[in-house]
Amino acid sequence: MVKQVWIARDHSACSGCRRCKLACSMHHEGWMWPEASRVRVFMPFPGLEVAHLCVQCQDYPCVNACPVQALSTDSYGAVAVDREKCTSCGACIRACPGTVPFLHPGDNKATICDLCGGEPKCVEVCTEAGYNALTIVNEGPSVHRKLYSRDPVEVARDLAIKFFGEKGEEVIE
Amino acid sequence: MPGGYAGKWLDVDLSKEKIADINFPYETLEQYFGGRGMATKILWDRVGKRWSKLDALSPENPLIFATGPMTGIYPGARICVSGKSPVSNGVVGSTAATELAVELRGAGYDGVIFTGKAKTPVYLQVTDYGAELKDASHLWGLDGEKTLIRLNKEVRAHLAKKKPGLGLWKEPGSMYIGPAGENMVKHAAVMAKICHAAGYGGYGALMGSKNLKAVAAKSRGALPKVDAPEAVKLLWRKAHRDCMTNTTFRRWGTGHLGYSVGAETSSEPVRNWQDEWHDEKSMGVPRYMDRYWVKVKWSDFNCTTGCMKVSCIKAGRWKGDITDVPDYELQAYCGTNLGIFDPGDNIHISTLMDKLGHSGINCPNTMGYAAELFQRGILTEKDMGFKLEWGDTEAFDRLAHMMAHREGIGDVLAEGTYRAALKIAEMKGLKPEALLKYAMHVKGIEVGAHGTRSDKDYTHDMCYAASVQGGDHTSTAVDGYTDMSGALFFDCAVYCTFTSRGPSQQLQFDFAKAVTGFPLTIERWRRVNGPRIITLQKALLLMGGPDVTWEPLKDDENPSRFYDPLPSGPYKGKTTDRERVDIRTQAYFDTLGWDERGVPKKETLVRLGLADLEPVMAKYRI
Repeated sequence: MVKQVWIARDHSACSGCRRCKLACSMHHEGWMWPEASRVRVFMPFPGLEVAHLCVQCQDYPCVNACPVQALSTDSYGAVAVDREKCTSCGACIRACPGTVPFLHPGDNKATICDLCGGEPKCVEVCTEAGYNALTIVNEGPSVHRKLYSRDPVEVARDLAIKFFGEKGEEVIE
Repeated sequence: MPGGYAGKWLDVDLSKEKIADINFPYETLEQYFGGRGMATKILWDRVGKRWSKLDALSPENPLIFATGPMTGIYPGARICVSGKSPVSNGVVGSTAATELAVELRGAGYDGVIFTGKAKTPVYLQVTDYGAELKDASHLWGLDGEKTLIRLNKEVRAHLAKKKPGLGLWKEPGSMYIGPAGENMVKHAAVMAKICHAAGYGGYGALMGSKNLKAVAAKSRGALPKVDAPEAVKLLWRKAHRDCMTNTTFRRWGTGHLGYSVGAETSSEPVRNWQDEWHDEKSMGVPRYMDRYWVKVKWSDFNCTTGCMKVSCIKAGRWKGDITDVPDYELQAYCGTNLGIFDPGDNIHISTLMDKLGHSGINCPNTMGYAAELFQRGILTEKDMGFKLEWGDTEAFDRLAHMMAHREGIGDVLAEGTYRAALKIAEMKGLKPEALLKYAMHVKGIEVGAHGTRSDKDYTHDMCYAASVQGGDHTSTAVDGYTDMSGALFFDCAVYCTFTSRGPSQQLQFDFAKAVTGFPLTIERWRRVNGPRIITLQKALLLMGGPDVTWEPLKDDENPSRFYDPLPSGPYKGKTTDRERVDIRTQAYFDTLGWDERGVPKKETLVRLGLADLEPVMAKYRI
């Protein structure tokens, strides 16, 4: 049995360097393509940087929502997209509690983190830089992955209060 | 098309509301590269011999946002803002870190050139679906923070409506002006990310004169293709590893200097440079870090040096202020230079600069100047409307607002230190020299917060005096040779000063070559590319005008106070060495092929392919 990996995220530790996006796109696309990266960093207000990527929900609502069975799970627990089958209908995007999947800016097909075959490049560069906003963990039974699938702007609203106190209520419209 | 270029530029005529795509030939890109180099070339091509007669705040003056071929690819993405400077009447390449640079390149653009003037306030929105001018009347008058909050919401909502179903749309990258830019405060900044500024040069005023509130871009395209991608990927990893060796910057940014540049190197402005030494331990970095820093590791796009830290005041009278570190320059200018030695007060003035869209170096230089005139009884309570005492944060807060809105004495001071000195002399019936002796500027550009008197800082003798960018501390004159492959190079390639530290210069040039495929070398930049750009900048600075021109050699000079002895501290009595300034200025000119008055020689112009400048430059030679 292949060991499952999970990427834990600590949003307050994110520097906003976006190297995760560059590393991801260099691995999957062969070149620096920030918006084709499977991890995208939102910044609704400076200082509030939120890495947005698939959490591998235990019940995989995206996989279940796909009307053409283009989505499946692999042995690492990642969602795999069959780009031949995908019709770009967007059902997976709508089914995701955090609206994580997106249609690729190149081929317009559903695009979701594949955990890089168990060695995620985003984590590699984040760890290398000592930020540890994204880290690999061996999850215990109490971690409910799906709780982490959230709209990045909503995450940023929470971070705003954590960082800026009352003022945090004013910085995102 | 060489590697590293998106290929197109946006040419926006604000008067006619026309937007066109343009491009530049291979030879121009190879010679001028991008950023400051391209901006200078575009300015000469578009304005040319009319330069001296062109009012920098007239619609014809181009306002340029320029990326370079390495922007976003090499660590530390930035953008260069330029035009004929309303401050120096020459050209300044003023850079700031912003995702706007990356978003523009993703949309297929290396830069934007604005000419003309919009009838009513507008902003430019660039997306994969085209560039359009949008009404900005609801943004006009808003401070920087509110402008950014609105822009993020608006552009995101626009795209979500235009292209729903693709997934979540991210916020745009943007630059904007605050009230200071809108009201054409001469040294106003073009702002980004609430606290990042293209400060030197006064391009916020130029933007305001065009009724242009902001530029925002959101794209989904890749960064431009490069000549040797596999080499670039390897060099990228190496460059980042080298950046990460900058543990001082990563931990404290330049924030550790607010104490040490005063206490140790004795080169920090204190009370408008009446002193450069202080031993105020309240300015120590732990006081900032322990009380105010909410994020210590904060970076801009593709940066692991991360010199910025997010500061927030959560209690007390300045509650709700958010800015960065402040970095050293703003610790000094929004702190010690105003006699302010309290970190919270320092953060407040820095935040105010950001919100009002003032340059956090240049505006408080002028405020410090005003405070010294008040100290000397030249400006009175009657002139000011209030007392302007050193260390009175509320008074400086009030003055910053008055300058941004050009109210009362603020209207005079909004002209910048040099021009304000001349105006006040006229108001008071005094000789200009009586007031210029306290004016801390070079070529109208207020000097950065590194003095030359102790000679213990990186700034020496003629580094401001001989520079084509005057008081700008980010690009100083060194020897006319090594500096050509330093700040000038990365202002053209457009990446950050602080990601140029760590990686070797050879690595940076290997990177540049792998990106572009140009046959460039360090030596060629030092001998040909660099001198070509600096010589063109020098020519345009000499032409100056129409309100102010700088006399060759006579105005290649430090503020006179730099020749007064330091009044206290470990280097008490030291002054900038007059003889050394003269010798090194001549050596600098000579190395660059300029005559003894700093006018480029004919053979130099011919050698650098700038022969079309000769008829103009001939007039400046004796």
